[in-house]
Amino acid sequence: MTISVAMTVNGKAVSGKVEARTLLVQFLREHLGMTGTHVGCDTSQCGACVVHVDGKSVKSCTMLAVQAEGAKVTTIEGLAESADKLHPMQEAFRENHALQCGFCTPGMVMSAIDMVKRHNYQLDEATVRRELEGNLCRCTGYHNIVKAILAAAPAMKAAGV
Amino acid sequence: MTAQTGIGARVKRKEDQRFLTGNGRYVDDLPLARATHAHFLRSPHAHAKIKSIDTSAAAKMPGVVAIFTGKDVADAKVGSLICGWVVKDKHGNPHKAPPHPVMAADTVRYVGDTVAMVVANSQDEAKDAAEAIKVDYDVKPANVDLARALDKGVAEVHAEAPGNLIYDWEIGVKADVDAAFAKAAHVTKIDIVNNRLIPNAMEPRAAAAEYDKGTGNYTLWSTSQNPHVLRLILSAFVLGIPEHKLRVIAPDVGGGFGSKIFCYNEETMLTWAASRVGRPIKWTAERSESFQTDAHGRDHVTHAELALDKDGKFLALRVETIANMGAYLSTFATAVPTYLYATLLAGQYTTPLIYANVKAALTHTAPVDAYRGAGRPEATYVIESIVSKAAKELKVDPAELRRKNFIPASVFPYQTPVALQYDSGNYPPIIDEAIKIADYNGFEARRAEAKSRGKLRGIGFSSYIEACGLAPSQVIGQLGGGVGQWESAQIRFNPTGNVQILTGSHSHGQGHETTFAQIVSDKLGVPIENIEVVHGDTATTPFGMGSYGSRSLAVGGSAIMKAADKVIAKGKKIAAHLMEASVADVVFENGTFKVAGTDKAVPLGQAVFAAYVPHNYPIAEVEPGMDENAFYDPANFVYPAGTQICEVEIDPDTGEVEIVNFTAVDDFGNIVNPMIVEGQVHGGIVQGVGQALLENAVYDRETGQLLSGSYMDYTMPRADDVPSFKLGYKVTPCPHNPLGVKGCGEAGAIAAPAAVMNAVHDALAPLGVSHVPMPATPLNVWQAISGAARKAAE
Repeated sequence: MTISVAMTVNGKAVSGKVEARTLLVQFLREHLGMTGTHVGCDTSQCGACVVHVDGKSVKSCTMLAVQAEGAKVTTIEGLAESADKLHPMQEAFRENHALQCGFCTPGMVMSAIDMVKRHNYQLDEATVRRELEGNLCRCTGYHNIVKAILAAAPAMKAAGV
Repeated sequence: MTAQTGIGARVKRKEDQRFLTGNGRYVDDLPLARATHAHFLRSPHAHAKIKSIDTSAAAKMPGVVAIFTGKDVADAKVGSLICGWVVKDKHGNPHKAPPHPVMAADTVRYVGDTVAMVVANSQDEAKDAAEAIKVDYDVKPANVDLARALDKGVAEVHAEAPGNLIYDWEIGVKADVDAAFAKAAHVTKIDIVNNRLIPNAMEPRAAAAEYDKGTGNYTLWSTSQNPHVLRLILSAFVLGIPEHKLRVIAPDVGGGFGSKIFCYNEETMLTWAASRVGRPIKWTAERSESFQTDAHGRDHVTHAELALDKDGKFLALRVETIANMGAYLSTFATAVPTYLYATLLAGQYTTPLIYANVKAALTHTAPVDAYRGAGRPEATYVIESIVSKAAKELKVDPAELRRKNFIPASVFPYQTPVALQYDSGNYPPIIDEAIKIADYNGFEARRAEAKSRGKLRGIGFSSYIEACGLAPSQVIGQLGGGVGQWESAQIRFNPTGNVQILTGSHSHGQGHETTFAQIVSDKLGVPIENIEVVHGDTATTPFGMGSYGSRSLAVGGSAIMKAADKVIAKGKKIAAHLMEASVADVVFENGTFKVAGTDKAVPLGQAVFAAYVPHNYPIAEVEPGMDENAFYDPANFVYPAGTQICEVEIDPDTGEVEIVNFTAVDDFGNIVNPMIVEGQVHGGIVQGVGQALLENAVYDRETGQLLSGSYMDYTMPRADDVPSFKLGYKVTPCPHNPLGVKGCGEAGAIAAPAAVMNAVHDALAPLGVSHVPMPATPLNVWQAISGAARKAAE
């Protein structure tokens, strides 16, 4: 049995027919072909699939597509203003070499933006490390991810994002 | 022009733009029209006979396209997966080589062994149908305890390997070593287990296969670190599809750490089935499948003894190791505990006599193969644990004991007693720098301060040596390796002057697209934005060996240098013609050919254009075009070395270990991009810290069930498990490759377990604790503390 679902993804109205069991991440990847959001585990722990749903970071593998009915979803593809103008968090990841294989990166960036906002642009290293508990990276040893997030916080504030 | 983008510059990565904007293209991202989806039914038992498989109900499930079982592939005479390194045992006999069928036909040998493949219109339908397959198993006793795997009466994994012994191998002359021990003033002994790890690249393994009926060509997309080697194995040994009819593409790959070197059954099955199904087939491992079926790492049980004279000089080292192979021999499994382990047992020291005996054992567990470091972390853990323990027993400073035994810089090249000849190195300045950065001299004050807070503080050293970039091919062949160990490169100029570097190396996080471009930018004076690195596709790149063993820069980068030399040599002839000069008078500087002592100059781009539009060209002597390729076979391994110093605080009430300081000083030879090198070191250290404190692959001793089969049970290092790191460098350039580089990819993971564990032992020594097993979890530490307290009370 299929169910109709409609939502806004990166500012665009989208809709589709899904099974009740279809996850939001499956809807994004398989129905919309938006493969920037990744799946790295099956127990909702790695955080590669983090997107923003109505402004809050959500692991899109823990949410059914139908639960996002009517929601505003932002994915990694929707962050940069243009190819030349990345979001300050994306820019900070590049500046600080906070990514290697790139697989955890979309979820890391989405979590990090949410983290900075929840802490009102004020973060210290211990807080960043604690807040990253829902995101696994196997390449970077986290060192440069932490650096990038600490650098991005004031940049986001200055840019008003 | 290229100072900001050349060798030594911290160039921001070219590949980051696509990864940061969600435009990376990993295997699972491929849009394949009319694709079907595969799901593999796995054995729930560690050891069982398959009495029957009934697929009739599953075949009728919605969306099912095809179901294949082990019998189908056996009937189709699909070959066995191979182990590509023939290790000869101590009697000169090749190792036992039991078959490794791509799907089990009559016996399953580990939890996760593949029983059937379902192909359906969607992934969910394939999974639903797999649940409807009925398999009748006759469950047998399982052999999962490595320490007992070779004992009499233990369940045999393969009839072809009696007593579960794959080989009994040795290096060194035991009688000479025994004689040195007889004369020793002091002998230090350790019994250690190098815990089993599960690699866990964040991208799960994935594959997609397509068959083109019109041409008879197959395309396999795979999360591979070495697509050419994968194609070679599939073509020559397993499927028999000729190499020119099989294209293997490894697009963006999300981390490998060794686990994506190997030829696995799933990608083999997809390729085989693609022509039978007539539609493309996709498969992506669920994380629980990765835990069960990716080749695991480490898993040694070792007894080691170090003989010292009265002055603390090492006289001899004696090592006995049992290494776990798992249930089947993976692609390079046999080489890891022999030529990548025992040959490293000299470490940074002048130990004149070394004997190692390694027994490789089969168990009813997932195959074990190379994982970041592959043998070298195990060797470093043995050496650096025993050296630190000897220092404790002799009451000498651990740094001092190391210094006393370091190979002096004056004696390189240095022939070790375990086959390797170290090409270069200078170890004392490395440990001095590490001591300075870590403020080792201030440690006792920090220990006292910690004690006042009720914490036990400890410090640990690990001075590692690594051999990477396996070489030369001839020697590897003599040792049983089945492939060459060179690398290929092609520098292709286009008529308008931009460049494609085609490399046989593969990047899955290491940043080749930037580093390799830096080399060409530096060497040929081409702006880095005009250079593109192409890798990972057997149809577009020259045959290459791929990336493993920290070889990409030392071997692949050197091949690029060779190709660049050919570009310059050819360009000189063209420029000489254009400048009406003799070739011998032409020099190449900063991207321009010049005639010395004149103002005549031809930029490389002009020579390239002339090569493609040869209207005014020395056509009789020089071929048109500018597309030069090279193959580079190194003269020797490269030998990075370094010292790590770890400082921990332990809560004696909970057993919790916190890393409070971590310093790494490395000699990687010349460095092309310090930013990328630092990233490699950080990541390596955390994998090593993971092994020391957190990670452990645990099978139930009775049933062989994988107990640590998800992120709920297997403790991956998280951001708050580790501190930020302090790094330093010393440089002794590699004397035998044109870049003077060594490898940096594995160093962190090689050294860190011993550094952490030596710090843990140092912290707990005042309580009388002599040994904590890895991982030093709160439970293991707490038990060690309680055990020591009980012993003291007795």
